[in-house]
Amino acid sequence: MKPLLEIDDVSVHFPLRQGFMQPGLTLRAVENVTLSLQRGKTLAIVGESGSGKSTLGYSVAGLRKPTSGAIRLNPQRQSERGSGGIQMIFQDPFSALDPRMMVEDIVAEPLRLGETAFARKERRAKVAEVLEQVGLPADAANRYPHQFSGGQRQRIAIARALIGDPELIVCDEPLSALDVSIQSKILNLMDDIREKYGISYFFISHDFGVVRHIADQVAVLYLGRIMEVASADDIFSKPSHPYTQALFEAVPRIGRGRRQKGHALKGEIPTPLNPPSGCVFHTRCPRARENCAKVRPKLEPAPGRPGQLAACHYKD
Amino acid sequence: MGFVANTLRLNAEAQTAPLLSVDDLTVSFPTKGGGHNAVVTGLSYQIAQSETLGVVGESGCGKTMTSLSLMGLVPGRGRVTGRIGFEGRDLLQQSEKQWRDLRGREVAMIFQEPMTAMNPVMSVGQQIAEVLKVHEGLGQRDSLDRAIDLLKAVGIPSPAQRARDFPHQLSGGMRQRAMIAMALACRPKLLVADEPTTALDVTIQAQILDLIIELQEETGMAVQFITHNLAVVSELAHKILVMYAGRGVEYATSEQLFDQPLHPYTQGLIQTLPDPDRKVDRLHVIHGSLRVQPAQGCRFASRCPLASDECRAAEPILREVAPGHFVACVKVN
Ligand SMILES: Nc1ncnc2c1ncn2[C@@H]1O[C@H](COP(=O)(O)OP(=O)(O)OP(=O)(O)O)[C@@H](O)[C@H]1O
Ligand SMILES: Nc1ncnc2c1ncn2[C@@H]1O[C@H](COP(=O)(O)OP(=O)(O)OP(=O)(O)O)[C@@H](O)[C@H]1O
Ligand code: SF4
Ligand code: SF4
Ligand SMILES: [Mg+2]
Ligand SMILES: [Mg+2]
Repeated sequence: MKPLLEIDDVSVHFPLRQGFMQPGLTLRAVENVTLSLQRGKTLAIVGESGSGKSTLGYSVAGLRKPTSGAIRLNPQRQSERGSGGIQMIFQDPFSALDPRMMVEDIVAEPLRLGETAFARKERRAKVAEVLEQVGLPADAANRYPHQFSGGQRQRIAIARALIGDPELIVCDEPLSALDVSIQSKILNLMDDIREKYGISYFFISHDFGVVRHIADQVAVLYLGRIMEVASADDIFSKPSHPYTQALFEAVPRIGRGRRQKGHALKGEIPTPLNPPSGCVFHTRCPRARENCAKVRPKLEPAPGRPGQLAACHYKD
Repeated sequence: MGFVANTLRLNAEAQTAPLLSVDDLTVSFPTKGGGHNAVVTGLSYQIAQSETLGVVGESGCGKTMTSLSLMGLVPGRGRVTGRIGFEGRDLLQQSEKQWRDLRGREVAMIFQEPMTAMNPVMSVGQQIAEVLKVHEGLGQRDSLDRAIDLLKAVGIPSPAQRARDFPHQLSGGMRQRAMIAMALACRPKLLVADEPTTALDVTIQAQILDLIIELQEETGMAVQFITHNLAVVSELAHKILVMYAGRGVEYATSEQLFDQPLHPYTQGLIQTLPDPDRKVDRLHVIHGSLRVQPAQGCRFASRCPLASDECRAAEPILREVAPGHFVACVKVN
């Protein structure tokens, strides 16, 4: 059976205009990304700020056309309600909801029903149903976003994503604006929804605890390119790529005692306007050798682990 | 003989007496009805030289108000009572001029968003130089040289060039470094850091945490580090204060707190974190919300799995239940 989502050699470039008559620059936000997502599973995208996670997410959600490559969705359900099978939820539950709209209108927005009396009734019933699914009281429908806390607003956003009966939800850091005690509730809710309604998540995050919990598959991006992609079990138990290893190492953890200095990855992510030659990670890589700056490594299986792909000449 | 012994003892005391000793700190704001609403209530803690205290708790529990109190910067009509002992004097009894002399020189603060603390139209180097001119009386030339040294010390590459940049020209991580350089310009005895790494990538966060530890080892400054991230404080702090709804609910060394958390809220906070090293089927949740608080008794009672009538009778305050381990819960002996 075909995977639900196929991302086939996708690149997203932004032309940046310089002054009049000057040659334009191109920002390569996403470069030759190939990924697939099985039905009912969660694919997590991780990487530092500016690595292209959101840009890829927008493209998957159909909000930004790739410069090249193809994105295919192979839906199974007949989506009679016109949302195209994909919905998106965003990081900031405070700015993502229009403050002037009532919750009922916000949540019902993807339905695109007419204004007949019958449509209004159906709409109301459907909104009540999804609000219940995300654990909000029915009377929430008649209130405005500012009357809700951050966690409740994120529930409203999830309700809106659910109403069109999508098969895929693109989640762009949906928890990072929330307190820890609320994060775990929303994560559990997302787990339940996935199981009950057979939904898949394209889940963007930089919290490795959250990714460990929710992801079946993990892709690590750096400067728009995939450094490593593998099942969550494989990548967490034995990361192959030096960048993945450095990211895991940097994650603060309880139970390690006071931190040992000197393990931190040096330097910052270079500008995507002028990415390093060869392996784009070579300027920061503790394992870099001479040919790393010359030859671009291909995304290939780690030794002895056919399902774990890493783009590194000296992968583990 | 007696004189020597006395001097020795005094020296020993000076070394062991905490640099900062906060006693019964309360911050409140006037309400519409004419009363006062306390957002920090009866907080007490100490920080010694070369020591880092981590302050953790959910959004709105009063972490920032606590830090601003130490700087004399509580906004608007906020009222601060209690005692803030700093090197033997009470900061709350100071004049505004004394506060100005203290800020930046003896106590310095760094924030989550450096842009709010920096002047957007002055180069980074010049901003640091201005601090040095005011507090150290250096001239333009010397102060700018020192500023460049400081930018170098916090790990900014090509510091002489970067000194000429404006804040918006730096990346988030570099801006945070520049703000640390500015805060450290006068070698403060106490650094108050309010979520300085929350907006940064984990790799840059690790660099900044290393930097703070390194500078502390070098200068012996005390650090109050505020965050909602328990894992971050576990790697940085010697002692930890857990706050809930304006109150301290647990106060202990880092080892005590993570080896044997005693307050139900602390236990909940630790359990609720998804662990990057271990996958569980279902995450632990703390029910309810900080905003729902009972009228009297324990503030956590509406969310606490152990709550009973006894908890609602009177508000528990911090008690020492093991040497150096304080808990505010009636069920802990
Ligand atoms: N509309 C745009 N025009 C020009 N450049 C853009 C645009 N959107 C994004 N970029 C650039 O593309 C790169 C990738 O950005 P993107 O927002 O996808 O990163 P990200 O991984 O989501 O980062 P973050 O973790 O900060 O959200 C960045 O260098 C960004 O500056
Ligand atoms: N100017 C003000 N007037 C009245 N109340 C205020 C004012 N500023 C803050 N508060 C209240 O004081 C309480 C504590 O706020 P504080 O900013 O210290 O929380 P915090 O723990 O730092 O939260 P966060 O993690 O979100 O930064 C909050 O309930 C807040 O609403
Ligand atoms: S190819 Fe070289 S520079 Fe790139 S990750 Fe591997 S070792 Fe490091
Ligand atoms: S006093 Fe009671 S309600 Fe409060 S934390 Fe302890 S057991 Fe829970
Ligand atoms: Mg993004
Ligand atoms: Mg704060």
